[in-house]
Amino acid sequence: MSGLPLIAHDRPDALVAWRGAAPISAARFLAEVRALAARLPASNHVLNFCSDRYRFAVGLAASLATGKCSILPSTHTPEVIRHLRAFAPDVFCLTDDPQCPLALPQLLFVDHHTEAALPAGPGVPFSVPLIDAGQLAAYVFTSGSSGAPVPHAKSWGRLVQCVRAEVTRLPVTGLGGCAILGTVPAQHMYGFESTVLLPLQSGAALCAERPFFPADIAAALAAVPTPRILVSTPVHLRALLTAEQALPALELIVSATAMLPANLAREVESRYGAPLLEIYGSTETGQMASRRTALEDHWRLWPGVKLTVSDVHCSAHGGHIARTIALADVLEPTDDEHFLLHGRTADLVNIAGKRSSLAYLNHHLNAIPGVTDAVFFVRDDSDASLAGVTRLGALVVAPKLDAASILQALRQRIDPVFLPRPLLLVEHLPRNATGKLPQHTLRALTAQAAVLQPNLFA
Amino acid sequence: MSEQALPILTPPVDTLLLEREIAQLIVKGLNLPMQPDEIDPEAPLYGEGLGLDSIDILEIALIVSKQYGIQLRADNQENTRIFRSLRQFAQYVAEQRVK
Repeated sequence: MSGLPLIAHDRPDALVAWRGAAPISAARFLAEVRALAARLPASNHVLNFCSDRYRFAVGLAASLATGKCSILPSTHTPEVIRHLRAFAPDVFCLTDDPQCPLALPQLLFVDHHTEAALPAGPGVPFSVPLIDAGQLAAYVFTSGSSGAPVPHAKSWGRLVQCVRAEVTRLPVTGLGGCAILGTVPAQHMYGFESTVLLPLQSGAALCAERPFFPADIAAALAAVPTPRILVSTPVHLRALLTAEQALPALELIVSATAMLPANLAREVESRYGAPLLEIYGSTETGQMASRRTALEDHWRLWPGVKLTVSDVHCSAHGGHIARTIALADVLEPTDDEHFLLHGRTADLVNIAGKRSSLAYLNHHLNAIPGVTDAVFFVRDDSDASLAGVTRLGALVVAPKLDAASILQALRQRIDPVFLPRPLLLVEHLPRNATGKLPQHTLRALTAQAAVLQPNLFA
Repeated sequence: MSEQALPILTPPVDTLLLEREIAQLIVKGLNLPMQPDEIDPEAPLYGEGLGLDSIDILEIALIVSKQYGIQLRADNQENTRIFRSLRQFAQYVAEQRVK
C-alpha cells in the first residue's frame, strides 16, 4: 500500500488553520501533532471529543501518525458510550473539556501557546508524515435499528480520495490560502470531511471555531482574510437570512445534512453574492455528489461513483466507496453521472444533521421500564420560522409513569433532537387490523388530542 | 435602600410582564406543547427543565433579534446565566433590548 501525505501543505509556513485571527503554520501544526502523539496512551481507539476544530485536527493527525483509529459516534449519550466501550474496550477519550462528561478514560488536550513551548521546538526539518492508504483511520457510526450503534470502517486512502473528489467539484479555483469555516461539528461525517479533511488535503486553512448564532458566524468570518468558504446547513443558512445577518465577502457556501429548497438556495446566493454548492452523502458512503441548487435539479456524482437501482432501492459503488452501499434515499439516475433525489425512505428521520430511524427510536422508547407500548411519529404541523425542520411526537402506554419521567429516561438513551414533542400518554395505541400503526393515524390521534387536551399544545 | 445591597427576590412588574411576553413568543415560535404560563420561570431553558435543544435556541435567537433587536452570541460569558431560566433570560432581554 502506498503512503498518502497527512496534509497537502508543502511549505513550513503554509497555513493549516486559523484560531480566531491567529494563523497556524504547517510547521507549527506538525510540531503540535508530534507533541500530542508522544502523549497518547498505547490503546488503539481514540474517541476524539475535542469541540475546537483545530484541536480535533491535531488529535486526528496524531492518531493517524501513531496508527490509532478515531471513533466518531454521531451522538454521545451514556447509552451510546456504553456500546462503544463494548465495541472497543481500549477506547479512550481525547477531550478539550476539563469537565468532559463521558464515562471513558480521558486525556485532556494541552494547548501550546507559543512555538517555543512545543517539546520538539524550532529547528526540526519540515517533513509531512505519509500515512498508509490502507490504514484504518476511523469508525463512524449510524444509529442502526436494534439499539446498538453500527460501525462503518473508513480507511485513510478512501477518506483522502473522497475529499480530493470534492475539491474537483467545488466552484473555486484553487483552495490553497482559503479559510474554511464550519457551523457543523468535526465529529459529524459531513463536518469531518468538509471542515477537517478537505482543508488538510487541499492546502486550505480550517477555522477552529464552530459558530452558532448568526452574529457568531459573521464575527468568525470577519476574523479571517479572504478568500473565505462557509460550510453550513439549511438550518443555519435559514437563520442567517431570517436574522438579515450581513456577512463578509464569501467565495463559496457549502450546504449538506438536509435537503435545501431551491428558493432558499437562490436567496442565499443573491444575498451573499457567492455560489452555493449542496452536497449529498451519508455516513456509510461519505460525500458522493453535489449540485448548484439555485440553478439545477440534477446532482452530479463524484468521479468513479456509480448507482444501481432495483425496485425503489438504490445503491452506490465505485470511486471512493469501498464496497456497494445501499442508500437510505430514493434516487433516480438520469444518466451515468447524474441523478434526481426524491427524499428519504419512510422510516428514516433526519433532524439537525443527525439521522435516526423510527425503528431505533421506538426500540429505545419501548425499552424504558414501565413503558408497555409506544410509538414515535413524524409531525407535519410545524410552522416555526425554521420551517422544514422535522419534529417528532410520540404516543406512549405507561400506566405507572408520567411524561416527564419518560422524557428523562429517554434523554439518557437518544439524542435530544429526537425527543418527542409532544409525548402523549394514552391507554392503548391505535393499531390497525394487522397490528400496524400507520403514521397518518398517529398524527390524526394527536390532532384529536390537541382538541381534548389543549394545554398540551400551543 | 441601595439596590446593590439586597438580592432582588421578586422581579419588578415590568420584568414580569416581559417574562410573560417572552414565554408567549417561545411557546408560539417553537410550537411547544404547553401554555406560556406553564413554563416554570425558574427552570433551565436548555436541556433538563424545559428541554429545549440547539435548534430551539437558534429559533429563540431569531425571535429576540426580531422582537427586541438583541443579537445573541455563543461566546458571551453570560450565556450560562442567560439560559439558566426564563426569568434570567427576561432580565437579560430587559437589559439589552434596543427596541
